[in-house]
Amino acid sequence: MATRKMSKPMGEQILVASVVILAIAWMVPLVWIVGLSLKSSLELVVDPNSVFSFPYTLKNYADLMVTSNLGIWLRNTLIVTITQTVLVVAISCLAGYGFARVEFPGRNVVFILVLMGLAIPQHAVIVPLHKMFNDWQMHNTFQALILPGLSGPFGVFLMTAYFRAIPIEIEEAAKLDNASRFRIFWEVTLPLAVPAMATLGIFTFLSAWNDYLWPLISATRPDMYTLTVGLAATQTNIDQSEGLGYLMAQAVFAGLPMLILYIFFQKYVVRAVAGAAIR
Amino acid sequence: MTDLAASSRAVSGQKVRKLQTWHWTELFFIAPYMVFYIALLVYPLGLGFVMSFQYFDLFAGQAEFIGLENYQQLFSDRIFQGAVVNTFKFVIFTVPAFVIVGLLIALALNRQTWWAATLRTLFFASNVLSVTIVTLIWRAVYLPEKGLLANFLGNFGVGNLAILQDPNWALQAIAVTTIWWGIGLPMVLFLASLQQIPADIYEAAKLDNASPWQTLWHITVPSIWRTVVLVTIIQIIAQFQVFGQINLMTQGGPNNSTRSMVQFIYEAGFRQWTAGFASAAAQVLFVIMVLAAGLQFWASRRKQEF
Repeated sequence: MATRKMSKPMGEQILVASVVILAIAWMVPLVWIVGLSLKSSLELVVDPNSVFSFPYTLKNYADLMVTSNLGIWLRNTLIVTITQTVLVVAISCLAGYGFARVEFPGRNVVFILVLMGLAIPQHAVIVPLHKMFNDWQMHNTFQALILPGLSGPFGVFLMTAYFRAIPIEIEEAAKLDNASRFRIFWEVTLPLAVPAMATLGIFTFLSAWNDYLWPLISATRPDMYTLTVGLAATQTNIDQSEGLGYLMAQAVFAGLPMLILYIFFQKYVVRAVAGAAIR
Repeated sequence: MTDLAASSRAVSGQKVRKLQTWHWTELFFIAPYMVFYIALLVYPLGLGFVMSFQYFDLFAGQAEFIGLENYQQLFSDRIFQGAVVNTFKFVIFTVPAFVIVGLLIALALNRQTWWAATLRTLFFASNVLSVTIVTLIWRAVYLPEKGLLANFLGNFGVGNLAILQDPNWALQAIAVTTIWWGIGLPMVLFLASLQQIPADIYEAAKLDNASPWQTLWHITVPSIWRTVVLVTIIQIIAQFQVFGQINLMTQGGPNNSTRSMVQFIYEAGFRQWTAGFASAAAQVLFVIMVLAAGLQFWASRRKQEF
């Protein structure tokens, strides 16, 4: 292209240079805590600057495997996150198809009422929700951690829009064969909606994995903690803590699975997060 | 016999099964979701509204109607007033930064080179971390004496830095953490918007000898203006509900200087166990959020007019 030959304008060079510097600044905290996690706590107490020099050790990670509850919390998080993701995708597909294709009376009114739910923030219903699960004596169970995540209308909104965009003619052939509506949904329409299901699935997985407020108030027993709440519980005394390296090893250990998933599925993760934001 | 039944089913089936008809059993498509929606979102919303007029004892399971007392107490509560102010301050500290820095990063990285792709990956990466990990990292950065920031500023003779313990700086420090955590989202939204600007507009500008500054101001900015508005509203809604960072980094302190509205609701509801009072505060948050969502709806509708 012609632009290649022209010299880049000055303003743009300054912009790019500043963003590169910013990127380095962005990375410094990450590199630093990885460094901390590789240092013995004793050495860090004596000299915080020792993080920049040898020797490094994996002792903090070894301690992690033996002494911490990360394994249990990781298991809890996986159970909650995977169950919630599967259920949200399933009921959103069903409801999305219903709103897109089944012309029951009052459909548009019901759909608008559901969409209005997009404006209800989780934080505004957290107190009554806690009371309800308290009345049902369900706190500190997996059901309590999973169920509130199924009420958000975003998935229904996304799937309805997607099903509406699929031409109805595709279903007509199947209808002439007198297939039931559910079979048409299952065999004809649903396979076409896989991209939207992937977007919804990734977004649900991410938000369930990183959810903090609800597990914080619902799971009060350490054996029911999720990773976010468990890690939060261990960091309360960071200022007094002499185990800074150990704490940072926990952070690295807990953050790594998501970062690895992100690097492998970057395109889909970005699309899911951006799609959910603009709805 | 079976043939007859089958054929009559086929006939009636074809009669009933016109394209736009429905059968009541097909309501089962939306039924599972509607159950969760009503039971776990609509009902709690109504229950919260009722609870805000009650004195509530969660442990004894007793509720007593007290009219507007919770609201009177709330609006005269100095700490709640402070929480509202802090929340607005936090929005002002973070939202313009999200928009401006996000846009600058997008402008710089909107190109097909390996290094731009790498930096895009980097800026979005922190987005996938949970609030607990992000605050763990940044509490270590802000640690007095041992922390990265104290170490760095120590080189310039700034000693004794305890930024999260300083009422004048703690909220700003949390804002920086939040921007580090969330800058990826505005960046990708701006990138998507920049890539939709047709290349021939830029060609035309070049033929007219437009300066880069003119091109930016008269072509790029107007083309992405709707995204600027959208990002602003999305961030206002998100940052207004700030909670995790604050609860993990300062617990609302020092001296209430970082207590946000959601933090206030959390403490009233789950630390002092005054559920009715917390519900009243939640209603205030709800009203503000509905107004913001209306704004977002209006802004995203306008998009389709063009």
